[in-house]
Amino acid sequence: MADHAAHDGHKLAIFRGTLKFKSNTQKIWGVLIFLSLITIVEVALGYIKPDFLNAKVIGLKLLNWIFIILTLVKAYYITWDFMHMRDEASGLRRSVVWTSVFLIIYLMVILLVEGEYIYQVYKNAAVSFDF
Amino acid sequence: MDTTVATTGTEGQKWGGASKPLNVSYGKMMMWFFILSDALTFTGFLAAYGFSRFKFIEEWPIADEVFNHFPFLHGTDAPMFYVALMTFILIGSSVTMVLAVDAGHHMNKKKVSLYMLLTIIGGLIFVGSQAWEWKNFIAGEYGAVKTKGGKILQFLDVKTGERVALNEFVEVGPRDVDTYGNSEGIWYTTSGEYNATYTIEEVKKGFVDNPNVTIRTQQLVVNEETGASEKLVLSREDALVKLNKDAVGVVEGANLTENEYGAPLFADFFFFITGFHGFHVFSGVIFNLIIFFNVLLGTYEKRRSYEMVEKVGLYWHFVDLVWVFVFTFFYLV
Repeated sequence: MADHAAHDGHKLAIFRGTLKFKSNTQKIWGVLIFLSLITIVEVALGYIKPDFLNAKVIGLKLLNWIFIILTLVKAYYITWDFMHMRDEASGLRRSVVWTSVFLIIYLMVILLVEGEYIYQVYKNAAVSFDF
Repeated sequence: MDTTVATTGTEGQKWGGASKPLNVSYGKMMMWFFILSDALTFTGFLAAYGFSRFKFIEEWPIADEVFNHFPFLHGTDAPMFYVALMTFILIGSSVTMVLAVDAGHHMNKKKVSLYMLLTIIGGLIFVGSQAWEWKNFIAGEYGAVKTKGGKILQFLDVKTGERVALNEFVEVGPRDVDTYGNSEGIWYTTSGEYNATYTIEEVKKGFVDNPNVTIRTQQLVVNEETGASEKLVLSREDALVKLNKDAVGVVEGANLTENEYGAPLFADFFFFITGFHGFHVFSGVIFNLIIFFNVLLGTYEKRRSYEMVEKVGLYWHFVDLVWVFVFTFFYLV
């Protein structure tokens, strides 16, 4: 039980310290409620699809940006509180999170730019691809 | 943990296991780096999906129209509700998993086994739901027609704009060949023509006989009023010309080479990404089962540490994490 002391040292505050929980179990339920709320908002937006969110912002519809941001928020709380990344040493946290975030952004940007380019090639080609 | 580590003669030395680099045990650190590499695999899939979608940005299927089934509500249009339910099930099983880890820290065997069991049940429900999604996706609902250029033409009611299924306006004509059934054992060699319920000639005839049916192409056009992307609907005259000039085959449901929803790549990515994720959930359930039995046998009680529960917990949360992204990029965006 050498590890016991370290495990009791859960960081119990979320939202940058504005919401503090009394125990780890309480924090888990709190995070569940928060994640459920986000999912409900996502599904509601996806169902209603308000017209004003169809405006384009940097190549994507505003609605899609909202979905992506909400997804990243969910991913953050799953990693930080369910996977206890909040309690790990900063070295471990950075080596996992920074590496993945950097490589994912890198790959996404390259492939999406390339996809958009090929779309333009097809669109402006002398030969129709819908024959 | 002492009982699990073999004596190496290097105890007390920096690299002999006396100090834990980054404050975690070897197993947990390796689980984190496995998760990192697995995350990049999924990134590869989702990035490839994004690439293909941007490449065919004007003709990609609209997810709400494809995934609109809900158990026991036949014929009701329930876009994404079932997937949303699956998301809740998976998040719920993530919560029971983290509660099991927490109970493990307090050496509470009873609670650990209860929460592990709940997690496993949640995982099984999720895998079952995914199988059901696949079944609906493969079976299809309306049927469509394929053109020479490999595009899909779908049928609509002229007045209401609602989708019309092939069986609502096409009649099966006489066949001059015997259709083979499963009993002949060559079902996998049948071509589309014999496999499909209707021939393309029958669809053309049914279309001519029913003036209230028109065609919708894959082409996405922006509705000027609302700004929403909608599929291009042809006028009855254009539809007749298009059908007679371009249509070459009937498509019902989905497989790896063609699907009635639109671009073939859409079905390929659906099978590949949700399949790979489903496989992760399945293997996660197996891992959880093994650990669950170990908990029951008291293995971790003897070790005085429930860290194994924490390690499979990390994997399980990762599966949930991936689903959050698959949900967004496949069903919402």
